[in-house]
Amino acid sequence: MTNSLIVACLEAVNNSIVANESSIESLDRAIGDGDHYINVRRGCQALLAIREDLVEMPPADALNAMGMKLLSTIGGASGPLISSFFIAMGKCLRGKPEPDRADIAHAFAAGVESIKHRGKADLGEKTMLDVLIPVSRLLATLSVTKVSLSELCRQLNEEATRNMLATRDMIATKGRAHYLGERALGHIDPGCKTCEVIIAAVTQTVLAAQSRTEA
Amino acid sequence: MKKFINDADRLLHDALKGVASVHSNIVEVQFSPTFVSRKQRPSEKKVVLISGGGSGHEPLHVGFVGHGMLDAACPGQVFTSPTPDQMLAAASAVDMGPGVLFIVKNYAGDVMNFQMASEMMDCPNATVLVTDDVAVEGSTHTTGRRGVAGALIVEKLAGAAAEAGADLAQCKAIGDRANQTTASMGVAFTSCTVPAAGRPTFEIEADEMEVGVGIHGEPGRRREKLQRADLIVDELLTAILRDLNPQSGAEVLLHVNGFGGTPLMELYLLFERADVQLRSLGLTPVRSLVGNYTTSLEMAGASLTLTVLDSELKALWDAPVRTSALNW
Repeated sequence: MTNSLIVACLEAVNNSIVANESSIESLDRAIGDGDHYINVRRGCQALLAIREDLVEMPPADALNAMGMKLLSTIGGASGPLISSFFIAMGKCLRGKPEPDRADIAHAFAAGVESIKHRGKADLGEKTMLDVLIPVSRLLATLSVTKVSLSELCRQLNEEATRNMLATRDMIATKGRAHYLGERALGHIDPGCKTCEVIIAAVTQTVLAAQSRTEA
Repeated sequence: MKKFINDADRLLHDALKGVASVHSNIVEVQFSPTFVSRKQRPSEKKVVLISGGGSGHEPLHVGFVGHGMLDAACPGQVFTSPTPDQMLAAASAVDMGPGVLFIVKNYAGDVMNFQMASEMMDCPNATVLVTDDVAVEGSTHTTGRRGVAGALIVEKLAGAAAEAGADLAQCKAIGDRANQTTASMGVAFTSCTVPAAGRPTFEIEADEMEVGVGIHGEPGRRREKLQRADLIVDELLTAILRDLNPQSGAEVLLHVNGFGGTPLMELYLLFERADVQLRSLGLTPVRSLVGNYTTSLEMAGASLTLTVLDSELKALWDAPVRTSALNW
């Protein structure tokens, strides 16, 4: 993982979020309060605005800087949650200028753990953790095998999509949707949709970078 | 969407500039990070009160900054909690030594952002969580009851205590007690449109109402056919009284709050019915407040809030207040 790759991922995530505006927004209007897309987009734009600074930093510092920037930009519940993820990832990668696959899996798990802690939430509560926890576990498992990068990415995306869709049948016990009780049934969690979109954008970028290196 | 907007991304900034100009004798507004504080610092050292939350609920909280109530307020984007850097900047601007009391409406985002600010600051601080919305049934597994129009009452009572020289623990205790003895519930007739989203948050038919709606236009618990106003008041009061369970003969504060799109005329009508009903149940509304104080942009609808008073809380309510929205 290099910093130019982090910035490339950032650009891909931003494009992908913008491309999925209507689907994310309609999910949030159904069971949220209609500000999720705007907040995520504001976060992406704030990070893009500091991309030049990020390229100069070691990965750990770049991730921490991203977390701090998001903390003062997004607001709402997603602000502290998403920024906790990046700050914890950065902390985990301290002293690792060139983290390998296992390091990244470890950092991702630390990030997800930090979201759990900050949001006092866990699996099955119809929040973004319903995508992040399974993806984090799968990444941990695959990162110690010899599976190819493209197969790893394919499996992570599949896991993200499957778990995102499964939130349709859940009643929320955390997040804005929990005020709806059973009325949240039949709706996919917008935070899970956003995570799925982000994971897809990041894995595509990582794969494209690899094929460029091989070529 | 029809709104007075130049640029949706600058709406909050433009509106706060207006607040600063209109109420220049009461507040000052800072940007980057954004917070609103009292123009005149208190003459004696006291506990300072800081609140905040998403914008779109005006005059809450910015309109409650001033003598007898808040020392500072941190407005977030529309319906989006403010960020920890705003709270830290507000605290360092207004802190006088005896401590900072945060008043936070119980929404996941507000709670997390204020918590992070609290963890990051050095001065003594405490937090009162406002949880007055009886439409949401509390449970240890969920975020619990929302904070709605009762925030005004908590801020007024704790603010008066701080102004009178109470220490941080005493101010927190007053705030917690005010919260425990306050309950609210609301009904919406229409949705509202978050400016940056451009579309109504929820769809609702012309003959329907959302019972137990939150102050962010988030759907409530139940969708019902529109009823006569008297029946709506009775339904809301029943839920509120079931929760508060006041002793017969108790004195209460009755607050009728408009969500932004309902004429004052209708709010007075609601008050009258609630007042008559409460008296028939042996309760006496000795203090009242009617108006648009905790709004949800242009949403039509209203909430009822009841606070059971004792002599201490009544005196704190009566204590002088000089803010842009409340003044006596």
